[in-house]
Amino acid sequence: MRRAQRVLLWVAILALAVIAFAALWPGVLATHDPLQTDVRSALLPPSAEHLFGTDQSGRDVYSRVVYGAGRSLGIGLLATGVALAVGLVIGALAGVAPRGVDTTVMRVNDVLMAFPEFLVALVVVAVLGPGPVNIAVAVTLAAVPVYIRLARVQTQTLRVAEHVEAARILGVPRARAFTRHVVPGVLGALSVLATIGIGSSILAAAGLSFLGLGPSEPTPEWGLMLAGGRNVLGQAWWISLFPGIAITLTVVSATVVGRILRSRADGRAT
Amino acid sequence: MSAALEVRGLRIAFDGKPVVRGVTFTVERGECVAIVGESGAGKSLTARALLGLTPADADVTLDELLVDGTDAVGLSERAWRDLRGTGIALVSQDALVSLDPLRRIGAEVAEPLLLHRIVRGRAARAGRVRELLARVWMPDPERRSRQHPHELSGGLRQRALIASALAAAPAVLVADEPTTALDATVQARILGLLREIADAGTALVFISHDFAAVRRIADRVLVMKDGIVVESGPVAEVLESPRHEYTKQLIAATIHEPRASAPAESAPVLIAGDVSRSFDAVPAVIDASFTVKDGQTLGIVGESGSGKTTLARMIVGVDAPDSGTLRWTAERRVQLVHQNPLGAFDPRWTIARSLREGLEAGGVPRPERAARVAELLAEVGLAPELADRRPSALSGGQRQRAAIARALAADPQVLVLDEPVSALDPSVRERVLRLLARLQRERQLTMILVSHDLDVVGAVADEVLVMQDGRIVEQGTTAEVFTAPQHPFTRELLEASGPVGA
Repeated sequence: MRRAQRVLLWVAILALAVIAFAALWPGVLATHDPLQTDVRSALLPPSAEHLFGTDQSGRDVYSRVVYGAGRSLGIGLLATGVALAVGLVIGALAGVAPRGVDTTVMRVNDVLMAFPEFLVALVVVAVLGPGPVNIAVAVTLAAVPVYIRLARVQTQTLRVAEHVEAARILGVPRARAFTRHVVPGVLGALSVLATIGIGSSILAAAGLSFLGLGPSEPTPEWGLMLAGGRNVLGQAWWISLFPGIAITLTVVSATVVGRILRSRADGRAT
Repeated sequence: MSAALEVRGLRIAFDGKPVVRGVTFTVERGECVAIVGESGAGKSLTARALLGLTPADADVTLDELLVDGTDAVGLSERAWRDLRGTGIALVSQDALVSLDPLRRIGAEVAEPLLLHRIVRGRAARAGRVRELLARVWMPDPERRSRQHPHELSGGLRQRALIASALAAAPAVLVADEPTTALDATVQARILGLLREIADAGTALVFISHDFAAVRRIADRVLVMKDGIVVESGPVAEVLESPRHEYTKQLIAATIHEPRASAPAESAPVLIAGDVSRSFDAVPAVIDASFTVKDGQTLGIVGESGSGKTTLARMIVGVDAPDSGTLRWTAERRVQLVHQNPLGAFDPRWTIARSLREGLEAGGVPRPERAARVAELLAEVGLAPELADRRPSALSGGQRQRAAIARALAADPQVLVLDEPVSALDPSVRERVLRLLARLQRERQLTMILVSHDLDVVGAVADEVLVMQDGRIVEQGTTAEVFTAPQHPFTRELLEASGPVGA
């Protein structure tokens, strides 16, 4: 069991490393220009020339998948990072706020949490209008409530923890004890949650793109590519399949790493 | 008739590493044999091996194991199930964990009766359960049998556990630290009960780290260290003339002479007048008045819930009295050493970093801090390389020393210690107490030591406050309180912990 887990962890880390490399230096891995159309070579099946085949406009699917990595990973990291920061600030403040303020914030938060993340993101895009920036905002907003809740409860637990009181008795000022002992502890708990959150943010962003609410053609975006191939799935399965695999691999790898890290963090705590 | 329990050549190893190395003893019916040792000595494993309950990865070899005449060497799990309960039963340390939180006490006690088909019929079983609860001196057995474990106090839970162990009338009862988590007076009652059970004909194996408890209950004693029985014999003999060096250490560490010397007069530093504090209208401390004298140690003794920790927190200033005054006669720096040193350190910080924080708060300039950290560690007897460890990577004794070092970082004149040694093994406890005595000498510290353990307080305090239900019921010099206790509760405490000569 422990050995299997270690193997799984390394496979997931390796997959993420490849995807991150593609995101940072797509030019190194790509074989073609992802935007170059060539009607003569449309809908070609996978071959040595076109590893993942070509789409309706004759663009190389492999190169488009490689170029799409940056956008997907970027939105996942950005949305998670911002959600974590916003959640930390609001949650920590709610944790120390007077009861009335705390209750108000948390009930609003509960309402947001009552809806599935994707639905919240959908509503936000519906309000803001479609576009790549707006789906980033939508995905971020949808992710925030979980962080707020965790940050609040961790803040409340840690601010009365013995070691924080011990620091206060030593003469460490209240604000400094808070920033030194409480905030880093809360951040630690949130960052473990964030490693899992990256996967779901990527998925949500791809889903919104799939519905046509994100970037528009011909941007190489996995969700958009998935949607682009769905009408010709019978003749040219490769157009949708490879972006689909890319999304799945990224989300599963990020989640596996996140979960294993979390179980290790839990194990250490007990 | 053969002995109730005969063990010969018990060896237990994990991955080829021996943990118990050849334990041999017998227990007669009506006899109590104690196995004494510190954590890691192998005594709990020995106890579990007697019931065939060692962990799956343990490698157990036995030359002989006779339980009530039954040869139990190489017994199958099924055969063990028949023997457990009827032949040999276990009372473990933590009754709250051992009792099913969702079942009523009556059902718990009735389980062995059902399993071994001892009493048939619901009414007969209920009657037998009541008898068993009465047997363990459970007050109001009728009502208690309908309650859940969380509704019972620690002492009553332990009684319920003993009742369920006795249900199938085993020939041998193994009690593994059955009173460690209990207050002194409750502990005394449970020990009395166990002794009475032994006197009625059950063979009792009593596992403990505490010589004071062993002396009250056992006929013979085995002293274990690193998996070996280093000494054995009748309790009185071993206590009076221990042959092995380790036994001497253990006895010295668990049984102290109360401090006899009358403290020299000195000026009071803290005068408390009618201090009271309640939480949600429940009084925790009621009208406490006392003085703390400069350079002396004041011991505060009481059982859980007596208000002693609340009083300590008010002295440190993290809590304030509802009424009454705590007046310092001069400006004094006060520091607290927490009850639980593991919780008192930031788990993500190294010891050195925590110490530096204390120094920073105490106004030590940054360039001097590293050198001061090294000095502090040396002062409490910790190796310098431990500075880079996190608290979770230290032993209990090391952690407590680190906690004391951090309190000293602020260069206090008054040190308040909340149960500083209660979680430690006897010999470690002894060393920490010696460290405190030395620090007091070298730094002219005034100390306030809170403990449930009269023996510890007697060993280090000049004056003693005895607290019960939030009130100070007795105060005076240690010698006075120990030799001529005035209040009945003090007398009960003294009898319960039974220091030498009492």
